[in-house]
Amino acid sequence: MTDQTPMPPERGCRATPVLKERGQHEVFCGLTGIIWLHRKMQDAFFLVVGSRTCAHLLQSAAGVMIFAEPRFGTAILEEKDLAGLADANEELDREVARLLSRRPDIRQLFLVGSCPSEVIKLDLARAAERLSAIHAPNVRVLNYSGSGIETTFTQGEDACLAAMVPVLPETQEKELLLVGALPDVVEDQALSLLEQLGIGPVRCLPARRAADDPAVGPNTVFALTQPFLGDTHAALIRRGARHIAAPFPFGEEGTTAWLAAVAAEFGVSAERFEAVTAAPRARARKAIAAQAAELQGKRIFFFPDSQLEIPLARFLTRECGMEAVEVGAPFIHQAVVGPDLDLLAEGPVIAEGQDVDRQLDRCRAARPDLTVCGLGLANPLEAEGLATKWAIELVFTPVHFYEQAGDLAGLFSRPLRRRAILNVEAAE
Amino acid sequence: MKLTVWTYEGPPHVGAMRVATGMKGLHYVLHAPQGDTYADLLFTMIERRNHRPPVTYTTFQARDLGADTAHLFKDAAQEAYERFRPQAMIVGASCTAELIQDDPGGLAETMGLPIPVIPLELPSYQRKENFGADETFFQIVRALAQPMDRTTGISANLIGPTALGFRHRDDIEEVTRLLGQMGIAVNVVAPMNAAPADIARMGAAHFNVLMYPETAETAARWCEKTLGQPYTKTVPIGVGATRDFIAEVQAITGIDRAPDESRLRFPWWSASVDSTYLTGKRVFLFGDATHVRAAARIARDEMGFEVVRLGCYNREFARPIRALAKEFGVEALITDDYLEVEAAIEAAAPEMILGTQMERHIGKRLGIPCAVISAPVHVQDFPARYSPQMGFEGANVIFDTWVHPLVMGLEEHLLTMFREDFEFHDAAGASHHGAKAVLRDIAAGGQDDPSPKDRPEFSQKTREVPMPEAPHMAKDGGAVIWLADAEKELRKIPFFVRGKAKRNTEKFAAERGVAEISIDTLYEAKAHYAR
Ligand code: SF4
Ligand code: SF4
Repeated sequence: MTDQTPMPPERGCRATPVLKERGQHEVFCGLTGIIWLHRKMQDAFFLVVGSRTCAHLLQSAAGVMIFAEPRFGTAILEEKDLAGLADANEELDREVARLLSRRPDIRQLFLVGSCPSEVIKLDLARAAERLSAIHAPNVRVLNYSGSGIETTFTQGEDACLAAMVPVLPETQEKELLLVGALPDVVEDQALSLLEQLGIGPVRCLPARRAADDPAVGPNTVFALTQPFLGDTHAALIRRGARHIAAPFPFGEEGTTAWLAAVAAEFGVSAERFEAVTAAPRARARKAIAAQAAELQGKRIFFFPDSQLEIPLARFLTRECGMEAVEVGAPFIHQAVVGPDLDLLAEGPVIAEGQDVDRQLDRCRAARPDLTVCGLGLANPLEAEGLATKWAIELVFTPVHFYEQAGDLAGLFSRPLRRRAILNVEAAE
Repeated sequence: MKLTVWTYEGPPHVGAMRVATGMKGLHYVLHAPQGDTYADLLFTMIERRNHRPPVTYTTFQARDLGADTAHLFKDAAQEAYERFRPQAMIVGASCTAELIQDDPGGLAETMGLPIPVIPLELPSYQRKENFGADETFFQIVRALAQPMDRTTGISANLIGPTALGFRHRDDIEEVTRLLGQMGIAVNVVAPMNAAPADIARMGAAHFNVLMYPETAETAARWCEKTLGQPYTKTVPIGVGATRDFIAEVQAITGIDRAPDESRLRFPWWSASVDSTYLTGKRVFLFGDATHVRAAARIARDEMGFEVVRLGCYNREFARPIRALAKEFGVEALITDDYLEVEAAIEAAAPEMILGTQMERHIGKRLGIPCAVISAPVHVQDFPARYSPQMGFEGANVIFDTWVHPLVMGLEEHLLTMFREDFEFHDAAGASHHGAKAVLRDIAAGGQDDPSPKDRPEFSQKTREVPMPEAPHMAKDGGAVIWLADAEKELRKIPFFVRGKAKRNTEKFAAERGVAEISIDTLYEAKAHYAR
């Protein structure tokens, strides 16, 4: 049913030996996920138990300051908290009580562990149990780690969702579960496509509100919308749910393949699939084509950041005509990104982990047309004459499914177009 | 434990990074987990630096703990040395590494690197960014600077400017020009743009210009004691302060040449009749102590404003700021809790805020104009144009910057006269501002914008701040009610004084036990409060 889609490559990257790097990482820690999770879950509060550094990271990652009222905060550990854990627990209980009394709208509270809280072995799981008992039934208190010693950037969302799975109610229903925090507009598009295909009931994790949390059980099938959800994947399987492996819904091909895998599970006919997807597929192709002209034949290099790198490399090489030089990812879960690796033609270096200085050496030697990297590296590379795309924008912008496929390609073409337009040399 | 959402200062190792990143030929090896690398973006994005900060992070992980994080540190330091070949290195720990107690300083010493390696002890759980910068600079100076012969001509070091500093780039140029016109050469500027080799020759200067006490006071004291260099105590921000600074330099050096004032426009701009409307504008000052102190003097003596409250977020300077507040007859606000600052601003109901980017946001929400006078910085605080705060050109820049957010001169009167005009109405705001936040309609009760009382408060203290938005209680305990006519009249009052008018009228009514506000009450109150 995907007749217009190019054939899979003769040899994909699934068997490509992975370059494993262990050196200085230049990536955010998992706390960063709070920036989008707290917007997605409208009755949740994220309380980081950490240091001034953690608070400063959140503030800096949030684009310096979103001054809209945030549903997150940092309980900054002070000297006296380090001295005695008993006191630290007491302080935490007090801060939480104060917070919840001020915010009666909060239904779920996440205690988020940080490097300092983990190093001093502050047991936030016990604290969450204790606090859940105190504040039940109004508020459910869960915990997860967003620390930099345990998690890398998007792994924070994975840890958060994985922490929710064990407490989801049990069901025997056959339901489809969409897993991954998507912007509401994108989630609505996905739900509408699935509905038109006659697939249902469909539930989402995370739900926008705690009361809408999905149930899970042996007849649940789930599809991931984000490639960084390895632990959540494992936690759902432990609850008896079954994973629908598929390429990720980026671009026309990815979205079609993802929908096709779900449709196959629910026995949707080829005719119906064609009828529902034909128009948005055509739209997506057209939108991508408008951007792809600039990307055609251009070489791209990925620094490890969000774990979106492999699916994006697949999209950019197969649908936009780019050539991947190196695809670095902080982690590679074969079970999750395997289908994307199959479609990514052999050729690029596939790297896991990071040694940033060595990777910069490789990048400079390769002189790619476009480098996808973190904010700390972007301007320095631009100053060396290398065009860059900030990786963080990929997790803050709606990029999934058909209607965003053109925008996704546009995120990569814009820096190239801008370079072509500008006609002033920097003085330095 | 203290609950925080937004912070004025980062952790102390970020202060150390500001020193290292401002310098050349220095490398910082920081024992820290991977997430701490976020700090690079402060420099590459906010300041638009075209190089990575010279920082190597060890990025240890959980699995390294208990195994050998010390080894990791040594490897990272060795590799950093070989790759970057710095003239000197600083080594230290971030908050997490402080807990695992690997002692980066001790470890680095055992490595026998052929360059000076300077250990930093920055207590992450007690101190903050400015302390980190001050302490780091002091340690570098102490390790590298030597007493030596003075330069033949009279020369000065400019100390204090760092990476990510508020207008430090342009202040250096302005102060260099001032001194140049007096016949004084600049020996070393540090930490900004200095290499370790430059620090080593700081002792050749005759005196130090302490540009920013927040980041260099400890070093200035040490140089005075050890190198016999006096340092300037006046920070030349504002017309009066710049002239005092010049006098201070003349006293230190015995030079009587004074810099050229021909391009100083501030005094005439302020004296010219168009500026009459600035008289008595009630301003609220908040920021770092140095900039607040300078701004207070400019506000009162050079702009003719009334300072209604002032304060700073860096506790190290609480004492001088308290003394300053006393001199101005107001209560000092010493806090790093922005919610507390917001409540204080709301209670003071100023006509203008001179603050940081945080106060700019507070002002946006409360519909109060704000000009930024101090760090913490934002990408907007690194303009492409020359834009110093210090010296005579700095004074000119300050005049323009402070006046910009206000509705100007005749425009203010025109708004009052033609307030019903369909396109010149007050909700349009100052006509020279393209876009602006929608101002809360105070007369309508401010329902369209969440007021701080609806938002969570995260302060450690139980905050019993008076909530000026709450309707005043009449003597019998009932709320004061606005009659429809009076409310309509209130709306005709231009937006920039409407809040004050509403508040005053309600207070006036409440004090007299009047339960309903009529047009008469409104104008009686106006007469009562008129000065
Ligand atoms: S890496 Fe650790 S210490 Fe640093 S911000 Fe993240 S959680 Fe906090
Ligand atoms: S709009 Fe122009 S003329 Fe009117 S006050 Fe503003 S600057 Fe002056």
